[in-house]
Amino acid sequence: MRGALAMAILLLGAALATPAAAVLPSEMLANPVLEARARTISKELRCLVCQNESIDDSNADLAHDLRVLVRQRLVAGDTNAQVIQYIVARYGQFVLLKPPVEPETYALWFGPGAMLLLGAIGVVVYMRRRQAALDAPLSAAEEDRLKRLLDE
Amino acid sequence: MARKLIYLLPIAVFAVLAAAFYAGLGRDPAIVPSALIGKPVPQFALPPLLADKPGLATADLKSKPVLVNVFASWCIPCREEHPLLMHLARDGVAIYGIDYKDQPADAKAWLGELGDPYRRLATDMEGRVAINWGVYGVPETFLVDGTGTIRFKQVGPLTIDVIDRKILPLLKSLAR
Repeated sequence: MRGALAMAILLLGAALATPAAAVLPSEMLANPVLEARARTISKELRCLVCQNESIDDSNADLAHDLRVLVRQRLVAGDTNAQVIQYIVARYGQFVLLKPPVEPETYALWFGPGAMLLLGAIGVVVYMRRRQAALDAPLSAAEEDRLKRLLDE
Repeated sequence: MARKLIYLLPIAVFAVLAAAFYAGLGRDPAIVPSALIGKPVPQFALPPLLADKPGLATADLKSKPVLVNVFASWCIPCREEHPLLMHLARDGVAIYGIDYKDQPADAKAWLGELGDPYRRLATDMEGRVAINWGVYGVPETFLVDGTGTIRFKQVGPLTIDVIDRKILPLLKSLAR
């Protein structure tokens, strides 16, 4: 019984666990609203040193500097969009973990859907043709051949 | 005829995709294209590292084409590219240095050991100016033209190949 309870608590803990953020207490802002905004922004920005982590998750030195920079911009009164624009202006669109929808990224956003649509059209066309071929009456030559085969 | 062509479509699509993927194979995904190519250098002013050599500010980058090299004494690839910088400096290329997040004493010892190719040498202790330059690792080298516009950026150490194929031709065309 105690074993089962311990196991349940362990599993619950494992289920609730989230990846640890790299934000250090010394980086955090006293204002909880600004700090929450900083966390939201940091989660959307790629750490350029480790590339597949956000600056919120990364322990890289540059990620630390950028987290501090994001917070300084917020304290200075920037909106979230302005902070992100500030970083993008320096490091390019690549820092955005979620690429924006714009002509350059249309292939990325709509490519899979377009492929699926093309495939679906192909399947529909194929099925229709096959059905049409099945429904069509036999030609004179086919009737002839069928008769011969049946007669054999 | 049109009927037949449709069977070539998948082959054509495959050929285009294969070509795109093949072209992508040779690219290093760690190298991020710079957002600052074709843009003016950022507004900044950094103090000098050495007493007898000036620091670097935006206004210093508007007179002639120069290389701006971001380095640090703790950076191993910087040591690798250093002889090339010395060589370029001897050939008369103007190189300005930004010492990134470094202890001044370490940087001075490094220059004493390996030589000093820089005409101006600034120190960016906090790395804040480097962020404005879009630097995400040292070394990085920028080619700035005479109007203060960034024309080229090398991420990672300079190589003879990059110098011969990119930097020297660009400097030559800018000098005209």
